[in-house]
Amino acid sequence: MITIAGAGVAGLCVALELARRGHQVTVFEQGESLELNQSSHLAGGMLAPWCEKVSAPEDVVRLGAGAAEWWAKVTEVQRTGTLVVAPPRDQAELRQFASRTEKYEQLGDNRIADLEPDLAGRFSKALFFDQECHLDPRQARQDLVRQIEELGSEVRFGEPAPERIDIDCRGGAVDLPELRMVRGEMVMLECPDVTITRTVRLLHPRIPIYLVPRGNGIYMLGATMVESDSWRAISVRSALELLGAAFALHPGFGEASVIETGVGLRPAFPDNLPRIIKRDETYHLNGFYRHGYLLAPAMAQQLADQFEQEQMKCAS
Amino acid sequence: MELYGEEIGSRLLLGTAQYPSPQILAEAVKASGTEIITVSLRREGADGAGTGFWQLIKALGVKILPNTAGCHTAKEAVTTAQMAREVFGTNWIKLEVIGHSDNLQPDVFGLVEAARILSDEGFQVFPYTTDDLVVGEKLLEAGCEILMPWGAPIGSGQGLRNPDALRAMRAHFPNVPLIVDAGIGRPSDACMAMELGMDAVLLNTAVAKAGDPALMGAAIAKSVEAGRKGFAAQMMERRDMAVPSTPILGMAVFD
Repeated sequence: MITIAGAGVAGLCVALELARRGHQVTVFEQGESLELNQSSHLAGGMLAPWCEKVSAPEDVVRLGAGAAEWWAKVTEVQRTGTLVVAPPRDQAELRQFASRTEKYEQLGDNRIADLEPDLAGRFSKALFFDQECHLDPRQARQDLVRQIEELGSEVRFGEPAPERIDIDCRGGAVDLPELRMVRGEMVMLECPDVTITRTVRLLHPRIPIYLVPRGNGIYMLGATMVESDSWRAISVRSALELLGAAFALHPGFGEASVIETGVGLRPAFPDNLPRIIKRDETYHLNGFYRHGYLLAPAMAQQLADQFEQEQMKCAS
Repeated sequence: MELYGEEIGSRLLLGTAQYPSPQILAEAVKASGTEIITVSLRREGADGAGTGFWQLIKALGVKILPNTAGCHTAKEAVTTAQMAREVFGTNWIKLEVIGHSDNLQPDVFGLVEAARILSDEGFQVFPYTTDDLVVGEKLLEAGCEILMPWGAPIGSGQGLRNPDALRAMRAHFPNVPLIVDAGIGRPSDACMAMELGMDAVLLNTAVAKAGDPALMGAAIAKSVEAGRKGFAAQMMERRDMAVPSTPILGMAVFD
């Protein structure tokens, strides 16, 4: 039996990958339920490697390009693309975004109106990344658990991991060299007045703000990036920036209800890329930064490969 | 260059915000050869003392100039400065008191007030100010030994909007270290500031948001060096008319 610590997106992806390859896996999750794992629970769930390239290394595109295909076998993936817009005073940001990314189409106001009728007349230019997708992280992790269980493996909630563990995916709860926390804050809005059907990024000189539709008039709005390991509730400044962006996108969001706010700490290494680290007898998979759902499938496959190779070596 | 009694080799000071990753920040710091980096306490979470990011900053091995970015009142700035002294163990403080949220221009009244309080408490203040001579004088009276006039609004990358004012500052404060802070967008802007006789430049976005921050750090370091050498070498004066570089003496005369 293979033991895994942590039922965040990383731990569950590794568990499913190994279970699919015929291994018996047990995941230990200290929290009583999936909601208690903040980073994975509060994530945007964007599978947007080409947009991320604006500030992320090439590896994110390489590792993330196949994520949508992997997830489609697990949960419902919305293949509606990403629309990138900027307020009139930040048009320079849109030009810079275009010059540093790829796989997009430049749209004028007519095409924007075709794609998102509620944004008609609000933006004259946009970039459309039609290959990008998003998923609902809360649904996705439930689906992961279900599939793991269907394959005869198990996820034990409310149970701390034993001392000796094969694969450790506990994020910030583990003390690894150079691992730091990057705070993220998000809000959930309920807004029946505005209909937006795909992920929209609103460019901003400091933080890229994105709105992900969750269906039924619910929108996830994220996310700040603050170099801090504080768990305190969302700051007023962050709330202002996020809500201000929603209002700039469409004034109809002024009437929306804020139904949830959240704070999570993203584990990250200095290059903001995830790593597989072997320490003593344990594999660590950690440091997903803001790319958990995007990069977990590729990293889970890598880790499963390494794990199996090592087992074969030991067997022979 | 001497700043509050410390001998500093590099005339380029770098901010640490907005880099794609701490690793790229480290590469840019190294490539630029900077010896002083500024760190925002407030923006990076006032209650996150000892966070991983600060450990990485400290590990860069250069002098840290904590700043009060994002403070809008003298009181806020003073509190942030006191916190920074605890966290980073330095009396140096880059003092920012923001007066307007659109152009982030300094509130010079709050700035002078905070500079006085902090100087009295033993801080060595690097004030982010406008190019106003009278404000400069008040800051010196308040205890500052350095002035940091803006080139253009923070993060705008507009370069030096008013070089004449900076030239006047240089003439008016011949012995005060002047560091252009904010507005530098490209290497030529930094070079121009140094040609005007500024002692150094401080910038962040131009490097952090470049496509290749390390390469831009190296480029701006070279332009700072070029501008400084140009200033030291005493540049020729501009003229309205052409002056032949080759002497006329010895040319044939046809009439």
